[in-house]
Amino acid sequence: MSKLLTAAVLIAGLALTACTRPDRFGAGADGAGAGAGGATGIDQSGLGGANDPTSPQYFSQTIGDRVLFQVDQSTLTAQGMATLDGQAQWLLSNNDYLAVIEGHADEQGTREYNVALGARRANAVREYLVSRGVPGARLRTVSYGKERPIAICSEESCYAQNRRAVTIISVGSLS
Amino acid sequence: MIKKFFARAGSLCAALGLALMLGTGASAQGPLVIDITSGVTEPLPFAAPMFQAETGGAEQLAADITNVLIADLVGTGLFRDIPASSFISGVSSFSAPVAFADWRAINAQALITGAVAVNGDQLTVKFRLYDVFSGAELGEGLQFGGTTSGWRRMGHKVADAVYSRITGEGGYFDSRVVFVSENGPKDNRARRLGIMDYDGFNIQYLTDSSSIVLAPRFSPTGDRVLYTSYESGFPRINLLDVNTVGRQQISTEQGEMAFSPRFSRDGVQVIYSLANGGNIDIYRTDLRSGSHSRLTTAPSIETSPSFSPDGSQIVFESDRSGTQQIYIMSATGGEPVRISFGEGRYGSPVWSPRGDLIAFTKQNAGRFHIGVMRTDGSEERLLTASFLDEAPTWAPNGRVLMFTRETQGADGAPSLYSVDISGRNLRQVATGGMASDASWGPLQP
Repeated sequence: MSKLLTAAVLIAGLALTACTRPDRFGAGADGAGAGAGGATGIDQSGLGGANDPTSPQYFSQTIGDRVLFQVDQSTLTAQGMATLDGQAQWLLSNNDYLAVIEGHADEQGTREYNVALGARRANAVREYLVSRGVPGARLRTVSYGKERPIAICSEESCYAQNRRAVTIISVGSLS
Repeated sequence: MIKKFFARAGSLCAALGLALMLGTGASAQGPLVIDITSGVTEPLPFAAPMFQAETGGAEQLAADITNVLIADLVGTGLFRDIPASSFISGVSSFSAPVAFADWRAINAQALITGAVAVNGDQLTVKFRLYDVFSGAELGEGLQFGGTTSGWRRMGHKVADAVYSRITGEGGYFDSRVVFVSENGPKDNRARRLGIMDYDGFNIQYLTDSSSIVLAPRFSPTGDRVLYTSYESGFPRINLLDVNTVGRQQISTEQGEMAFSPRFSRDGVQVIYSLANGGNIDIYRTDLRSGSHSRLTTAPSIETSPSFSPDGSQIVFESDRSGTQQIYIMSATGGEPVRISFGEGRYGSPVWSPRGDLIAFTKQNAGRFHIGVMRTDGSEERLLTASFLDEAPTWAPNGRVLMFTRETQGADGAPSLYSVDISGRNLRQVATGGMASDASWGPLQP
């Protein structure tokens, strides 16, 4: 019943909601609560936080959910590859998750070329993850071109942050 | 400059027109002509006394319509209106003979008279155009009829007739523009499709802001819009009917993402970019039959395709040479020919409805420019320069461009500007807020 309840929470929640493996931390990862079961027979389990290596929060905060690119480039840097090695390992250890890889560009370019460049960047990440053993069926790509900057100054310090591909973890089937 | 003019027009009329244009002032004789592609011009002075109200209560409407006419002509940068305070005589009635001497005396080279009548919800507008120095009408008087709600369009239609008779070019005022209306901070921008008269009036919204919309493209038939939509979570191409505002995702070749759509002249074909496995190529889909064809196969990025007006060729942007350049190929695919060779990167090429020019965005040394070049790549001219200019769209007469200009920095905001192909008359278009990605529709019937 607790598995069903947890599954319901997963389905109802959004992609980035942290979730737990119900069988691993029966008493709650943070040690909260009085342990599984009580007088009323209701199961309780904690939600894994960023310290839980199986959580999407751990993925994004510790392993790193993004790689950066040079101007007009979609080639991976050595640092980018190291990050993606970590992503691949995580995805292979946590088989229930799918990922959408978002490609982005900085504002120094025309709108549609930047959508194409973002698509190339997302694809470069996808191909690398596949080369590290992640099944391609678990990975989808999308490009936002220059439409979703995270840094808004018109200088290289911001542009460098915007030239990125971000791996977003999700559960559920690819539609 | 003179050589180009004669090569272009080569007639006595044109030569006299050139003399007129060089500002020979009140003593100028000869036909009422402006050549809009030649060098520096003195705006041609005209008088447009308030149109007569031929039915009771139509005075305000008559004045409003006259003001639309005046704003259209003055807005081209080619005409200068003489204020009513300078008039010696007025126009007592539409059919009264014109006292040309009174208009010559104030140096009005063109005189436009008109009258307005309202019957219920029906509006009639008529006008006459006079070449003051010849003392004769230029072309015949016209009458337009329609509903009163279309009063601005009637003012635009009068302006189109006057403009085309004097410049020899087609008009462009009775047209609409579809665009992206933007709201909010740069890192959380809401976007929705808008449509407006070319002069910024009558703005309506065609979608809500719930998902990203990009680069709408008006059909040459003026009734539908193609645009890139993220409502499915991935870039896909939607087709929207301007009148019903109904929309649907079009079927494209199978791919991860579809974007950058454009119509063929007959509105039946769509060309677009499709992304598959990191390769982005140009495809064509027939909206009637649903058949798809692949037009490019290079491993580079191919995007921003645009049909020639006769439908036989496509101009597009590709980075196959290492940087973004402009290429032309047959509309059925085939070996593309590069036409851009200057310093910098070229993108968003658009074929003029006249067929003679390609407009484009150029990026060089940290600046953006809107430019035009001939279809063989020659005679490249840059018309604008700023931090970020892009996405030109042609007016129906192929002589004016509208484009997006975005300012720099955290508060950077896009707005729409227009400029004519000689680089003159740069103006902002009033869109009531941030706007980008304009697509100029055809003259309305």
